[in-house]
Amino acid sequence: MAALSRRRPLIGSAGVRFGLIYAFTFALSTIILAVFLWWSTAGLLDRQTDAAITVDAQGLLERYVDGGLPPLEDTIEQRMAGNIDDDAIYLLADPFYRKMVGNLERWPPSVLPDTDWTQIRIERAGRRGMAQIRQFDLLGGYHLLIGRDVEAHAQMARLLTDALLWAVGVALLLGSLGALAVRGLFRFTLADVSATAAAISAGDLSRRVRVSGRGDEFDRLAETINDMLDRIGRLMDGVRQVSNAIAHDLRTPIARARARLEDAAEHARGEVDLRAAIVRAEADLDGVIAIFQALLRIAEIEAGARRSAFAPFDLAPLLLDLADLYAAAAEERGQRLAPEIPPSLPAFGDRDMVQQAVANLLDNALKFSPPGSAIRLGASGEAGQPARITVADEGPGIPEPDRLRAAERFFRGESARSTPGSGLGLALVQAVATLHGGSLRLEDNRPGLRATLTIGTRQPPLPGGRVNATSSADQSHAAIGAA
Amino acid sequence: MRILVVEDDKDVAGFVIKGLREAGHVVEHADNGRDGLFLSASENFDAIVLDRMLPGGVDGLRLLETLRGQNNNTPVLILSAMAQVDDRVRGLKAGGDDYMTKPFAFAELLARVEALARRGKGEGPATKLAAGDLEMDLLSRAVKRAGQKIDLQPREFRLLEYLMRHAGQVVTRTMLLEGVWDYHFDPQTNVIDVHVSRLRQKVDKPFPTPLIHTVRNAGYMLRAEQP
Repeated sequence: MAALSRRRPLIGSAGVRFGLIYAFTFALSTIILAVFLWWSTAGLLDRQTDAAITVDAQGLLERYVDGGLPPLEDTIEQRMAGNIDDDAIYLLADPFYRKMVGNLERWPPSVLPDTDWTQIRIERAGRRGMAQIRQFDLLGGYHLLIGRDVEAHAQMARLLTDALLWAVGVALLLGSLGALAVRGLFRFTLADVSATAAAISAGDLSRRVRVSGRGDEFDRLAETINDMLDRIGRLMDGVRQVSNAIAHDLRTPIARARARLEDAAEHARGEVDLRAAIVRAEADLDGVIAIFQALLRIAEIEAGARRSAFAPFDLAPLLLDLADLYAAAAEERGQRLAPEIPPSLPAFGDRDMVQQAVANLLDNALKFSPPGSAIRLGASGEAGQPARITVADEGPGIPEPDRLRAAERFFRGESARSTPGSGLGLALVQAVATLHGGSLRLEDNRPGLRATLTIGTRQPPLPGGRVNATSSADQSHAAIGAA
Repeated sequence: MRILVVEDDKDVAGFVIKGLREAGHVVEHADNGRDGLFLSASENFDAIVLDRMLPGGVDGLRLLETLRGQNNNTPVLILSAMAQVDDRVRGLKAGGDDYMTKPFAFAELLARVEALARRGKGEGPATKLAAGDLEMDLLSRAVKRAGQKIDLQPREFRLLEYLMRHAGQVVTRTMLLEGVWDYHFDPQTNVIDVHVSRLRQKVDKPFPTPLIHTVRNAGYMLRAEQP
């Protein structure tokens, strides 16, 4: 923040901008308020005076029209006598502007012939003051002035104007102080976010933005940022873990292939030996390729790039086809594969991916189940709920502590180490579930493992699937999804 | 058959060309996109093996699109290191008939190229298939061997149909998964072998000579022994 304001002009700072906006809004509303006050007090008095003059003039003019000059003079005399407040001003003058009757000494020079309303300074009975005057030209060349002494109004208006100007001044001052406060608050609130971001770009991924606990917008921002940082942290951990696992799990078969080839080159006693060694090394390398392909496929799914192929489809025929494909293999091994699938089960997603995920679960079930056991492929779904696909076997299952980690890449349980597989099968299922807004759940089937895969029935909002392992291990379960 | 290999990597090209020649094919080679386009457009081939990333200003997809734009329907197998599903979709959309990713097993490549080249020969839509004394009627969905009726499940029928359509060629497990089940992944279990062995029980077991043969390190082949 400090570095930012040093490098940029002051207006470039958002804090300053927000402060200025605040000050401007505050000043503008104060000025509007002052104008309104003025209009509704001093302005009102002025309008009342004008109205009184107009009414007065109407009466006098009617008199003149009815009776001519003498009744007009009489009426003016009467009105002057009856004016208790002594604020009314009258002056009737002849065509040469000589006073005929009225309470002004002479025709004021500042009242020019062609003007209607004017405001003039007057001196009356020794007192100076302001008067609002209206001039009428009568038939016969006579001139009439009607007015009101507005000295009191003028004084009040001056007072009011002074007060309002002060108020605007004070408002500007307060506005500026407020602007400074807003800027300061802004900086203070953002300082932590920017400090955290700076620390993280410097490599300290453990830093988090402070949450004030007030639950306001800034807290929500801080929580969003922290969630994002958590996710980044998890991804980083995942990457680190995977690179370690790759280093280990790929090094082994590569080392084996290399050893075989070297051994053959040194010690092979003829073409048959050589060929056999090469074929075995080829098989080792095929294993490495398979691991690479599985890893890339998982990465591709996790990147979510394949959402473009998402469409509504029916799970039921897909599952029946898979059951048909695997039933024969299960029978060969002396196992029974029993599908329990409703006639129709709508889902939304990528058919190929779901096929592969279910195939991985079936591969695992077949691989770890003893002869004579049953494997159940079940499915169910209710309107609005994600479709559930269950693969349950009667094999050794997975011990409870391992279940949470079973879907991690390269994780293999103790007893699964003796069976072929890369430890990527369940990781792929997990990735497919997450991409489809669903989840992968591993539970105890007493005995065996029950894997439940849920698949969303409409466009998933954001990946939110997690592995859930429920507890209840009464038996040692020790086979982990490989494949 | 005449096959064009467009591939810039010397080792891969040498390996593929040698293998195809050993299998009895006539092979032409282009090591860049421009030569590949020139050869494929000016001469007749039964199939083209096409790399995607090529030097010479014309990459594999451009070459393929240009070729298809000229109404040249030579079967094309795309051979690429770009393995993502979207890459495959793009390759097939551009007019590719098959897509294989590197690294690959030569047996798989050979089987697929031969299947493509054979398909390119374009026999009309058949209603009957035959291999040796095995006959298949595609309309009545009846299968007979040596005049004897064989009852098959729908999936077994499709598996046998696929094998018969590719009679005399090697068919890999992956080809069967894609062609018969429409699956694009490799199961870890030997599901295909089990299905083929069940089919053998019905088609080969009761008869003196087997038709469905296992080809080591590659897959299966349906072939009538020539007496």
